[in-house]
Amino acid sequence: MADNLLSLSGVHTHIGPYHILQGVDLTVPVGGVTVLLGRNGAGKTTTLRTIMGLWTASKGDVRFEDHVITRLSTPEISRRGIAFVPEDMGIFTDLTVGENMLLAAANGPIDDKRLAWIKELFPPIGTFWNSSAGTLSGGQKQMLSVARAIIEPRRLILIDEPTKGLAPAIIKAMTDALRELKETDTTILLVEQNFAMASSIGDTVAVMDDGRIIHSGSMAELAGDAALQEKLMGLSLEAHQ
Amino acid sequence: MSETSIKPRIEKVPLSEQFFQKLPVMLVPFLAVAGLIAIGNPASWLTLTVAGLAMGMMIFIMASGLTVVFGLMDVINFGHGAFVAVGAFVGFTVLAWLAGWTTSPSVIMNLAAVLIAILVAMAITGLLGLAFERVIVMPVYGEHLKQILVTMGGLIVAQQMIYVVWGPDELHLSRPEAFQGSWVIGEAAIEKYRLVAVGIGLALFVAMRHILKNTKIGLLVRAGVENGEMVEALGYRIRRLFLIVFMTGSALAGLGGVMWGLYQETITAHMGSEIMVLVFIVVIIGGLGSVEGCFIGAMLVGLLANYTAFLAPKVALISTIALMVAILMWRPQGLYPVVKAK
Repeated sequence: MADNLLSLSGVHTHIGPYHILQGVDLTVPVGGVTVLLGRNGAGKTTTLRTIMGLWTASKGDVRFEDHVITRLSTPEISRRGIAFVPEDMGIFTDLTVGENMLLAAANGPIDDKRLAWIKELFPPIGTFWNSSAGTLSGGQKQMLSVARAIIEPRRLILIDEPTKGLAPAIIKAMTDALRELKETDTTILLVEQNFAMASSIGDTVAVMDDGRIIHSGSMAELAGDAALQEKLMGLSLEAHQ
Repeated sequence: MSETSIKPRIEKVPLSEQFFQKLPVMLVPFLAVAGLIAIGNPASWLTLTVAGLAMGMMIFIMASGLTVVFGLMDVINFGHGAFVAVGAFVGFTVLAWLAGWTTSPSVIMNLAAVLIAILVAMAITGLLGLAFERVIVMPVYGEHLKQILVTMGGLIVAQQMIYVVWGPDELHLSRPEAFQGSWVIGEAAIEKYRLVAVGIGLALFVAMRHILKNTKIGLLVRAGVENGEMVEALGYRIRRLFLIVFMTGSALAGLGGVMWGLYQETITAHMGSEIMVLVFIVVIIGGLGSVEGCFIGAMLVGLLANYTAFLAPKVALISTIALMVAILMWRPQGLYPVVKAK
């Protein structure tokens, strides 16, 4: 197996008349957390959605475990072991927490042992199993969204801004959970704006701007280099003010 | 994640909001009581109420498929009436073949004939739905204007096909012996067929609720109505689900066509497009995509149409439209709006 679980080469994505991704080259190594940083509108969410097949790349290749998945449908991509936690969480609010989890187990019945682990990781999943998901708080919905993504073993989880709009205590709890998840045989591609959180769990990092990757390397290197942070983040801000 | 860091807490829905959510269910008994007060005579009221409920149930049968198709697939199907008309004509043909059974004094033979007619009509309209979805609807997913145009085109083609197969004339559809006549309860006369329609409608509603609440395919439909994209991201082929739902909706319209044909006792190629006005009113009143809302909306329309036809026949022409306007002024998204992901 290649060192990279996922790689994007020269990926372009158009949404209607807009040319959002303009040649994205990105690699996600096997294991650990790769963080995708960038200002609003840089193309991070579009990158995740393109990987997931929700928007189709107009040019370039997306490879997963050495197979080109660019033209596969979203269900086919999902069944190859890629889970997606969207920015809006994608919770089915009309269904109960348990029903959300049941649907997420697309390949068969829920594994009791794994469910017990998830309930330990996210206690509200067990507490509110029979409650309508629509009545959960924002943090609980985010936990349900991540829990749904890991109800079955996955090779790769794409998580889009899991801490957005959450209280600091919930952010810490979510970070702890992702750190524990990182210890399993799961690779995470995380889109995050909260640099403190991202740098605390990230192993590798890629920074996006204007639909392209403008930097990639180790998270430790970026976290320890204030000038580089200033250059990358400052560049983005100045260029668009 | 530690228990101490986050204490699980759930947002409680205030009592006033819970009452507001349940309020639409109260509209049906409220309308029935208002009808009793307005009509005055309990016997007439009972006759009209059963007639209204029967009419409502038949409209529900026809509308339930349409509302789920809209909710799940975001498809505005103006051709839904075609399945109603084809169902009625297929039912007519089957019942004509089984004339010996329908004229028999045996209730079982009569029921069997109607059941066979319903099953054949549902099978044929379900298959017609398959062709309709693949050929007409699939190329225009996500394009509402084109959907309206092509599905109306499909309706016209279906009506012309009915002319070709069954001819242009109005046909008489006789009810089986056992369903003719009325039971007299006190001074009230209750048509037997109307009670059968109420029974079938209720059974269908209970079955649909059971499937939607307790089966995986039901969960997928409810989840798909809310956020189809996420259903796909979980690994389910939603296009396959679309097809199953479209075929089921078409088959239910076929069932409704047989029931409506036996109710009216005459069928025409245009009966589908004529009843579609009421069907759309019910779907809009209920909230697009909501089966429960559709059921309550159908009951309201059925009862109101019968009460006003008795009390003020001229008002009856606009009563259902007025009901829709009043409900939309109260709840602009309908009685039970389905929350859809943005």
